[in-house]
Amino acid sequence: MAEEQKKLKVTIDNISIEVEAGTSILQAARQIGGDVVPPAMCYYTKLQNSGGKCRTCLVRVAAGSDADPRPMPKLVASCRTNVMDGMVVESITNPAVLEARKGVVEFLLINHPLDCPVCDQAGECDLQDLSYQHGAEATRYEFKRRTFERIDIGPYIQLHMTRCILCYRCVYVADQVSKEREHGILDRGDHSQIATYIQESLDNEFIGNVIDVCPVGALTDRTFRFKNRVWFTKPLEAHRDCPTCKGEVRLWMRGDEVLRVTARKDQWGEVQEWICNTCRFEKKKVSDWIIEGPTRVDRHSVINTGHYTNVVKPNETIARVMGGKQPNLLMDIHHVTEVNKVELSELPGPATNETFNGKPASTGTNVTDVKKGAGRNLAGTDSTNPNV
Amino acid sequence: MQLTNRKKELDRKPMNFWERLYLPAILKGMAITFSHIFKKNPTINYPEEKRPFSAVFRGVQILNRDEEGRERCTACGLCAVACPAEAITMEAAERQSGEEHLYREEKYAAKYEINMLRCIFCGLCEEACPKDAIYLTQTFAKANYARKGFIYDKDDLLIPNPVTDPEGYNKAKGKIGKEIK
Repeated sequence: MAEEQKKLKVTIDNISIEVEAGTSILQAARQIGGDVVPPAMCYYTKLQNSGGKCRTCLVRVAAGSDADPRPMPKLVASCRTNVMDGMVVESITNPAVLEARKGVVEFLLINHPLDCPVCDQAGECDLQDLSYQHGAEATRYEFKRRTFERIDIGPYIQLHMTRCILCYRCVYVADQVSKEREHGILDRGDHSQIATYIQESLDNEFIGNVIDVCPVGALTDRTFRFKNRVWFTKPLEAHRDCPTCKGEVRLWMRGDEVLRVTARKDQWGEVQEWICNTCRFEKKKVSDWIIEGPTRVDRHSVINTGHYTNVVKPNETIARVMGGKQPNLLMDIHHVTEVNKVELSELPGPATNETFNGKPASTGTNVTDVKKGAGRNLAGTDSTNPNV
Repeated sequence: MQLTNRKKELDRKPMNFWERLYLPAILKGMAITFSHIFKKNPTINYPEEKRPFSAVFRGVQILNRDEEGRERCTACGLCAVACPAEAITMEAAERQSGEEHLYREEKYAAKYEINMLRCIFCGLCEEACPKDAIYLTQTFAKANYARKGFIYDKDDLLIPNPVTDPEGYNKAKGKIGKEIK
């Protein structure tokens, strides 16, 4: 029998908790929960060695431990600092920490484009949430932003490096989950970019998970591209009998259409179970899935806007009063409207003008498709966005 | 308790002889009627004459274009989510190469519909728009014989192109961006 490990007592924002040895400050704060939890953009519980890159989780250690109660001289990254017995941590109680986070957000946003109205990640973007919570209202940056052409890495995933904050999560996913890494970070410093080396497309069965771990809209689902906004789709928990993965997913529905399939995420925005590409990209019919029920969404989330819970529909009186005769509607909106006439879920890519005008099967093509040989963008140009 | 001084007690006393004569009351009423001939006319001859709108009048929406005539709307859906009447729907499409002169950004609204039967002209769509794409103008929604004529699509809503039709563009734009910010 292994002897019971001594629990370490750590105090975060005057809340004490006892945790196992080897727990990071961030994990200890998550065990407490609530407002004291530092935000994290690069750290991911399920990915080894992740964290320590974005600096959004900075906290102040007011006392190192019982044995050595001196404070740490600088703010530390809570995701990579392990707790010591008797450690005292200040997260939201210290104004210096909040000021530092604000500065980090400003740095993260230096090169990040303000294209949330176009970006598919808007509404579930960690950086969007973070900048609303901690960021300043305006930028002080006056120079030209770093831009790239968007490229398709593989048939399902689109990479728009302009939005990337270099958190390395996708690199770790490719390394640790798919075990076949074909992309990584090229160049260094301000020039560094996520890229697939020598025009290799990613075709591992689990590579779709890079979309879920991406905290911004740099890696997005091409099968969902521009289909709808996240907050107009309704999340449902569903599962299927999948030979490769566990098959427990979240469906994002619009009416009876499955517009998108993602992995289920926990309260920290982290994937619970990795799902395979077949589940994610190819099972876009309701009949493919056994639906468990609607996902619980935070009441304050934008995904909840316009979704009514506990709706009580009044009984139709006319049919009852008129002896079963249905009311003669003067207009049925479904006969008049031109919206929702195309089955978008059946398209493998984004819709185009032709999709809505005669050719419902046509999808958009990307001129800078990596398979055609124009993957890395050395010129740093972005023809898709003339406004930056 | 009396809230206003306009309340009048009903007089239920029997009428006296002068009141029962009936004709004086008729003459009194006619005097009021004819006196209105000499008063200023409160109505106007609508289609020929028009009253000025207030500067913040909220009329029917337009979808704006930029100075090069490209559609500004990127189908971000913020107007639809802001709309309390749930009158706005849209479908987005990706801009293809060769369409750069038509649409400002890489995503655009291929279909955009406002149900004018639902619209309450609150102006929240205009307020929500991050791209200066939707504005409430100083015009009414036109009368129509059928209900389906009130489902406005992009053809009804788009402002004339400032490059090919600058006159129509300026007329449609009206005071937007000049007096009202």
